[in-house]
Amino acid sequence: MSATEERTAYIGAPVKRREDAALLTGRATYVDNMFPPGTVSMVVVRSPYAHARVKSIETSAAKAAYGVVGVLTAADLRDDWKAPMPCAWPVTEDMKSPDHYPLTDVPCYQGDGVAVVLAESRAQAQDAAELVEVDYEPLAAVAGVEKALESGAPLVHPALGTNECYVWRLDTDATGQAIDEADVVVTRTYFQPRLIPNAVEPRSVLAVPGTTGDVTLYSTTQIPHILRLLAAAGLGLHETKLRVVAPDVGGGFGSKLNVYAEELLALALSRRLERPVKWTEERSENYTATIHGRDVVTEYTLAATKDGTITHCRARVKAAMGAYLQLVTPGIPLLGAWIYSGPYAIPNYSVEFTGVFTNTTPTDAYRGAGRPEATYVIERTMDALADELGMDKLELRRKNFIEEFPAQLASGLTIDSGDYHASLDKLLEALDLDAIRAEQAKRRENGGALLGVGFSTYNEMCGLAPSRILGAIRYAAGGWDTATIRCLPTGSIQVITGTSPHGQSHETSWAQIVADQLGCDIGAVEVLHGDTSISSIGMDTYGSRSLPVGGVALYHAAEKVIDKARQIVAHQLEVSPEDLEFADGTFSVKGSPDKNATLASVAFGAWAAHDLPDGMEPGLEATAVYDPPNFSWPAGAHAAVVEVDPETGDARLVRYVAVDDVGTVVNPMIVDGQVHGGITQGISTALYEEGAYDDEGNLQTANLLTYLVPSAAELPSFELERTESPSPTNPLGVKGVGETGTIASAPAVINAVLDALSHLGVKDIQMPATPERVWRAIQEAKS
Amino acid sequence: MIPARFDYDVAESVDHAVELLGEGGGDAKLLAGGHSLIPALKLRISRPSKLVDLGRLSDLAYVKDAGTHVAVGALTRHAAVAADPLLQEHCPIVSFTAGQIGDPQVRHRGTLGGTLSHGDPASDMPAVILALGGELVARGKGGERTIPAAEFFTGVFETALAADEVLVEARVPKLGASTGWAYVKANRRAQDWATVAVAALVHRDDGKVAGASIGLVNMGGTPLRARAAEDALAGGASLADAAALAAEGAEPPSDLAGSAEYRAHLAQVIARRALEQALAG
Repeated sequence: MSATEERTAYIGAPVKRREDAALLTGRATYVDNMFPPGTVSMVVVRSPYAHARVKSIETSAAKAAYGVVGVLTAADLRDDWKAPMPCAWPVTEDMKSPDHYPLTDVPCYQGDGVAVVLAESRAQAQDAAELVEVDYEPLAAVAGVEKALESGAPLVHPALGTNECYVWRLDTDATGQAIDEADVVVTRTYFQPRLIPNAVEPRSVLAVPGTTGDVTLYSTTQIPHILRLLAAAGLGLHETKLRVVAPDVGGGFGSKLNVYAEELLALALSRRLERPVKWTEERSENYTATIHGRDVVTEYTLAATKDGTITHCRARVKAAMGAYLQLVTPGIPLLGAWIYSGPYAIPNYSVEFTGVFTNTTPTDAYRGAGRPEATYVIERTMDALADELGMDKLELRRKNFIEEFPAQLASGLTIDSGDYHASLDKLLEALDLDAIRAEQAKRRENGGALLGVGFSTYNEMCGLAPSRILGAIRYAAGGWDTATIRCLPTGSIQVITGTSPHGQSHETSWAQIVADQLGCDIGAVEVLHGDTSISSIGMDTYGSRSLPVGGVALYHAAEKVIDKARQIVAHQLEVSPEDLEFADGTFSVKGSPDKNATLASVAFGAWAAHDLPDGMEPGLEATAVYDPPNFSWPAGAHAAVVEVDPETGDARLVRYVAVDDVGTVVNPMIVDGQVHGGITQGISTALYEEGAYDDEGNLQTANLLTYLVPSAAELPSFELERTESPSPTNPLGVKGVGETGTIASAPAVINAVLDALSHLGVKDIQMPATPERVWRAIQEAKS
Repeated sequence: MIPARFDYDVAESVDHAVELLGEGGGDAKLLAGGHSLIPALKLRISRPSKLVDLGRLSDLAYVKDAGTHVAVGALTRHAAVAADPLLQEHCPIVSFTAGQIGDPQVRHRGTLGGTLSHGDPASDMPAVILALGGELVARGKGGERTIPAAEFFTGVFETALAADEVLVEARVPKLGASTGWAYVKANRRAQDWATVAVAALVHRDDGKVAGASIGLVNMGGTPLRARAAEDALAGGASLADAAALAAEGAEPPSDLAGSAEYRAHLAQVIARRALEQALAG
């Protein structure tokens, strides 16, 4: 490309995903597709009881079965563990933390592992697992978060003496006025159901021992770097002896942001046997062996003056931890702790979180983590407050919107940028609310399916995270990330990122950013990730952090490359670096554009190193580590339109309109995809998904038949719009989009269902709004 | 994920299948479309000693005009039933309902004989065949016998078929122009089993209801006839009054899709809708 040719920016363009060809033609590399010679299959024997003591395990029949290599129990492996299963977020100094190892003889939830069977084939391992005879003494169990706090409730861990894991508070009192003294006080209590992540690819682990005491762990993980550190600690290995590879990973939503028992088991056993050990989760196993999300009871209060100015918000949250503390279990509620005032300027702020042990699969990060929990109670209660005030629901929102940015929140954090009215304006333009209200009135009169419209105006904090803040809230690691850009002598560019995509399309978006900055063709850019032997340092992918942290690191690395190249060109053209301008991949002397050098030629020159400035190292490569100064703050306005059959209670979504402000958009097609998936998961929370346990801790929704994940057939086409308030805290202006849809959508849908039924006097329906729950709510309102 | 060990035989003919079933010692299973059986095998809920694969018996896939009735071979797939012009003309409730089963993948593998012999009270087709007063033809060692639908479904996953009998054909009556029909299904997701469904046949006389036959899905351990509602209609009750009796005598299950109380309510609502639709259609 000549210097005079106009090049089109990649940033902002819907560049097609470079990942798709391999994924769509069956040429992707998933862990379960790998079969190194001599691989042994592992099957975990799991407790059918939610709480029990293993009295004895008879393994002789299993050991004698054809193809079996070994059967091991908790006792057999006790000495292999040099540290307990890690929890990286002790949220308070006195947080209670139970012992937790990969196998146990006191299972504390249905699915807790008590033994492993290793065999030459998976079928043999599965057959032999049935021959392991475990004699259990069932113990009293408790599954509900509120029941677990009742006095006399069975204790999940008797040694702790309580089911209360921690209490964490954040209070501010700007005006000194007590909440009860406000003109209008609205308090509501909400249950947000347990959610069971269903990534398309279940988890799979393959540990391959090397020849020097080293071992390579292939895992369907979002966090190869964090996993390497913690798994090495768990096994007492030098970190250098453990290589972690996350090959193609088929989705995670937070469920693969963890250090799992099976990863440690495969590592330990591969070292014992000196053979590769593989474990692949069954779909039904995924329902108990992989972390769950939500399961939270929240009492939420908004207080306001008569004219609708909100003065206080207060949240009292009881959050299920499940049976153990996984990697960030106790911290998940806290990820919403600073945003219980939503997009509204509320001066008095009070939140309190109680972590609660129950005999259930541990909870942990699930798309949105802490922020959907906050947004749901805020947006439901905003509607309730508007009713109480006799005020229009949108007018109440507008009256309280934060309008000036950066905005200091009562909770202590600062919102980078936004324009909340603009998003709502755009939403209403797309929606045609008058027509919906007219149709709603007509249907109420004529009978048939009722119509309802619900809103959710939200903001969230993502881009995890400023390391200092993480330190202040007792998280064990930092929130920075890294990028390396290496210009090869031929002009090709290698990009190494510390983030670890598992569906987010970094291979495309990262190449767009680098190609724009370095002025090269996107085809010249290769993006490497997910292997600690290539990308040795990083903080991985979760919390909508990759672009606003890892992407910004990429920007800074590119700047460093350009700086070094500028020094080289200045030396070679005998001008001062300030006299050079860089555009479209070419340095040229200001005022003498014919004196120029392309970046590719500089890369070759830096490699040959024949003519570099004195003392300069050969090569054209730079690494940047970026620690964000602030979270990033996406926001937006969503509306759901539902039809409700008043006789059957069946609620169906007919329209969904979303306006999101995620700052600068690198690839609108990929952003649309993220928003689609996110909205679907929120709708699904509102109408379909619910992980239900019975009182004894038996999971009632243990497969895809009973745990309802909706398909495209249940959903309308989404209408997506955007506003754009670039983040001023990073040079790309980006904010993050992975979780916005999930955070915003559930309350919009429930508000819509309640709007459809408002003339009947229905005020509340618990999620998911199943036909029976809706029908019962209508019956109760009638009686 | 991986089934427990089983033997596998391929039937070369129906008689051969009967013979192989006999050798299975009572717990052999026939494999047709496999859409109920294979998931059960993978979960190891079903552990037959032997599978007898019917896949090669292509002569059991047919739809034939048999005078007063239409005969459908047991291995006719749901998609073929749904698209069959003979059924669409003479017994459209069968072809319509076949199009409501599961999802396209299920309909292109699952078979009519499979769904009937599986005896799942939540399946769509059994209640339709029951409401139609259809007949099922089974072949065993002693030859063929014809079983009325009313005697065929005996319990949850249980039918009148002996352990070594093969269902070979379903016979459904041709509906005249005076019979209106509807199949109304309430379910959560498109591919889900019915929470409750109602198959309604209304015999019209001069625009009025002369009689009706109503089949209920997932309202008990077997597909059911809503006799009280049928009797009320025969006695001249309004559609709404009759539909209010739709759950009379039924003992619907309580599960995550709905409590027994809700199902009883739902049956009344959708029975009324099905009757209205059938009368109008």
